[in-house]
Amino acid sequence: MSHHPKYPNRRGFLKASAAGVALSGIASAATAQDAMPLPALEDYSPAYLKAEEWAFVMAATARLIPSEGDGPGALEARVPVFIDLQLAGDYGTADDWYMEGPHDANADFQLGWQSPLSPAQIYRAAIPAFDTWCTETYGVAFVRLDAAQQDEALTALQAGDVALDAELRDFFTILLANTKEGYFADPMYGGNHQMQAWSYIGFPGARAAYREWPERHNIKYPLGPVSINGERA
Amino acid sequence: MARQEKKKDVVIVGLGWTGSIAGIELAREGLDVLALERGHDQATVPDFKYPNQIDELKYGVRLKMMQKPSQQTLTVRRNAGETALPYRALGSFLPGNGVGGAGTHWNGLNWRPQPEELRLRSYVTENWGEEIIPEGMDLGDYPVTYDELEPFFTYFEKVAGIAGKAGNLNGQIQEGGNPFEGWRSEDYPMPPQKTTYDSAKFREACLAAGYHPFQAPAGIASTAYVNPYGMQMGPCNYCGFCERFGCYQYSKSSPQTTILDALKMMPNFEYRTESEVLRVEMAADGKTATGVTYWDEKAQEEVFQPADIVILSSYQLNNVHLMMLSGLGEIYNPLTGTGTLGKNYAYQMNGGVSMFFKDAEFNPFVGHGANGVAIDDFSVNQNDFGALGFIGGSYWRSGTFNGQPIRNMPLPRGTPSWGAGWKKGVGEWYGHAMSIGSHGSHMAYRNNHLDLDPTYTDRHGRPMMRMTFDWQDNDLRMNEYMKSQMEPLAASMNPDIMQSGFKGIGAHYDVRPYQTTHNTGGHSMSEAPQDGVVNKYSQTWKAHNVFAMGAGNFVQNTQYNPTGLLGGLAYHTVNAIRTQYLSNPRPLV
Repeated sequence: MSHHPKYPNRRGFLKASAAGVALSGIASAATAQDAMPLPALEDYSPAYLKAEEWAFVMAATARLIPSEGDGPGALEARVPVFIDLQLAGDYGTADDWYMEGPHDANADFQLGWQSPLSPAQIYRAAIPAFDTWCTETYGVAFVRLDAAQQDEALTALQAGDVALDAELRDFFTILLANTKEGYFADPMYGGNHQMQAWSYIGFPGARAAYREWPERHNIKYPLGPVSINGERA
Repeated sequence: MARQEKKKDVVIVGLGWTGSIAGIELAREGLDVLALERGHDQATVPDFKYPNQIDELKYGVRLKMMQKPSQQTLTVRRNAGETALPYRALGSFLPGNGVGGAGTHWNGLNWRPQPEELRLRSYVTENWGEEIIPEGMDLGDYPVTYDELEPFFTYFEKVAGIAGKAGNLNGQIQEGGNPFEGWRSEDYPMPPQKTTYDSAKFREACLAAGYHPFQAPAGIASTAYVNPYGMQMGPCNYCGFCERFGCYQYSKSSPQTTILDALKMMPNFEYRTESEVLRVEMAADGKTATGVTYWDEKAQEEVFQPADIVILSSYQLNNVHLMMLSGLGEIYNPLTGTGTLGKNYAYQMNGGVSMFFKDAEFNPFVGHGANGVAIDDFSVNQNDFGALGFIGGSYWRSGTFNGQPIRNMPLPRGTPSWGAGWKKGVGEWYGHAMSIGSHGSHMAYRNNHLDLDPTYTDRHGRPMMRMTFDWQDNDLRMNEYMKSQMEPLAASMNPDIMQSGFKGIGAHYDVRPYQTTHNTGGHSMSEAPQDGVVNKYSQTWKAHNVFAMGAGNFVQNTQYNPTGLLGGLAYHTVNAIRTQYLSNPRPLV
């Protein structure tokens, strides 16, 4: 992790301070990722997703935001952890949405969400349905396809060329939206690990104080991001 | 059996902008005032505090400040032939929830209407004749004029703490302001905001084209400020978290920052949260209300709250729904033309151009919701409706706001929506794009209206409200005209890439993408009872002790964000209650 030389980071301060040991409990929130290394993605125990669903989300998000090229991929950003935690929470269960019937899942798309299923239920039902299509088309499940085939399968899914029940038709839309959310949301939600996605695009995160900046025209803001919990990148 | 509470002089339904205005002005008259708020209590501290509020996922995407459809929503169809279905997840518009209402999470864009917009039918017929009004358009005059409202616009701007530069002071055009605005008796209470890089480029292009740019008026403090109620605001630090967020530093104009703390100190004011009004109760003669019945969420019971005056000040959609459930007017039927409640529902017609400059640094996270330079060269009072073939207009604005990456990631058309190409695109273009927006008028039509749904009910078992709404050719033609005028201006700025986003003829309403929370009409004002639901003082024609405030009063929507007009109307209404109604309660018209 890099930091601006004018602003010593918390870890540097603690290293230089005789009180470092005594303060470590207080500092733990600010340096959670340094103090408590997160389990490798392979060792993460999902809160909602079952093993085969987790494997699918790992494989699919790795294609939606691949690791190659500049910037983190979905796996480096730990997007699958974000998705799992979101599905385990009130987004997954559609707590805020009106979910009473009657439902017309075949309604015009422009009338919005009309599935009787919550996002978590859609992941649960759509992953095996999509895998059935992958098996019929390629002979193996999605996770066993090579990268080019996975891209092809996801392209078909996005285009509506994979026959899914109407109540699952928003699956690709929410999978992609959740992937991008996990890439760019505050790291406290499990993704955007070490604010890598913010650093990559130049978004300063929770700094939220730019009093002297509106009239500094055409000058790139120089400071890296901070998170809500106070980490710096 | 409902619990009954002690009678109050005034009961207010909904503690947002207009409820707070009614609350403080009537409490200052010495009346015993109670506000009932469906949602939770919320204040700058601790609810909007830094850094917790700086959370795009929670508030920007999961919409945790908004009305939850699970608690209250409506059904939507585009035409009478379609089956309306519930607006299950929020998209196109975002009604607020809790104390402060939508005034807490808005962008702070505060505009007055043009005088012509308040007498639009007369303006059209005088200049072009009745024959240019399209079949099916319900074009009307407001029953109140700009001149009558001017002192109340001025007062609302002082309370709300608006930053800007006058363009027309008592008829004298002012350098640097908007020359096409209605006259103002005084300048804005705060100087205009600063100009960001994109706005500066836009201003330069406008001047070169012979247009008249000005800094957009902002409900965002540009200096330290104390308003007439003694409420203090501090200058904005351009944190960029306005729309969908509460302001963490007392800079954005809201009921919290400008009224509520002063109001809460008054001993004759009380407010109860998690108290959702279910209906207005009518007296046996049907000419007055006796109070309201509400659902007390904490006690899990219905409560009857008697009151002498009932003020309906919840969000426009909820006001109309409540009035339908209470019999406060006859529901409009477009087939027979009978009824007025639910008529004149209107929205907003918007579009824009995005421009990409690979070598420019816009720092899109630096800004505020009302940031930008605007022009009114294509506004209602500048357009020759007869020659152009539509009635309406728009204001244009350019200025970074809400540059948070989940929701605001403009990419050149053709960039893949995922994969290596998408990742390359976000790295290449974030911070290098700017836009110009066209914010346009929306007329009222026979086919766009609100009524009760025959199928779906809410959690209290009441029929949901049903919206019938689609885009109409007149407004789409206006939008296409704006596109034709904006593209050359954008091109004159020499972007590396530019692309337009304007709905055209044939477009249908899509509830999914966010468009605007400017839902208007439904309990519109009228000169006579057969044409509307309330009179010029927002007093219902049906019951003289019931007043319905907010954007539901609009006859058709203006080209501007509605808060300035509804704030002015609210002060006009409470002034009439104070000076004319209290001494002699009666129909004021």
